[in-house]
Amino acid sequence: MSEKKKSKHIIIPCSGIGKALGTITRRATYIVTGELLPNETDTICLPLLTIKDEETVRKIRQNPCITVDGCVAQCAKKNVEHHHGKLKGEIKILDVIKENPKLKPGNVLDIGPDGEKLARKAAEKVLKIVGEKS
Amino acid sequence: MKIKPKIGLVSCSGEGLSEGMVSRVATRRILEERDDVVTICLPLFLAGGQKERDFAKNNPCITVDGCDKMCAAKGVEMYGKVHPKSSIAISEITKKEKHSKPKSKSRIEPEDEKLVHETMKIINKEVDKVKEEE
Repeated sequence: MSEKKKSKHIIIPCSGIGKALGTITRRATYIVTGELLPNETDTICLPLLTIKDEETVRKIRQNPCITVDGCVAQCAKKNVEHHHGKLKGEIKILDVIKENPKLKPGNVLDIGPDGEKLARKAAEKVLKIVGEKS
Repeated sequence: MKIKPKIGLVSCSGEGLSEGMVSRVATRRILEERDDVVTICLPLFLAGGQKERDFAKNNPCITVDGCDKMCAAKGVEMYGKVHPKSSIAISEITKKEKHSKPKSKSRIEPEDEKLVHETMKIINKEVDKVKEEE
């Protein structure tokens, strides 16, 4: 009997290199894909979408995507939308910061303990969306 | 007096592979060391406006890619309609310098510091070369 392969949720951080918030999106993604839900989730290189890589575009059209963006430019979300990907949900780190005003992240290369806490909170939000019915 | 443009450093920052972390960290460290370089978040080429797309036209670019898909170099060509002045690939450095592939996608391990330093050395050399040519 053939078993239909279950699609994985694709978690896509923003790749931002200018601010600590970009690094937090990256960290949140690795917490989900590496620690919390390694079998149900995966990530992609966002720059592959930016250069319109066919295989990557196919992947985001076939699997539910959750974007994690660091700033108002929302590069991850916009890149997914541009390619008509299956956008299931979006996380904005700026919202996570607003909800946790006492947490002050470090810098791009070292987000510090508060940055790590913010990443964990963002990861929890991703988990919630993964658990929602598509 | 003609003001020379700053050199643009465009890193792939690819989340899907460990070399993307090396390209990101090496680029970021150079940005913090030198005041004659600037950067842009690569996905902004697609998600941003004309100003972002003109980044490569206005700043002679050096691209730092993790793998042979060369997203940063292709991004500069695709959106800026110019060739990068120089293209660096971490995968080439590991091959040439016989470094082992970095293990972690999410952090730079102590054993990968040598590769980061080697990459920084190459970036610095290329920046100086491009500055001389401009």
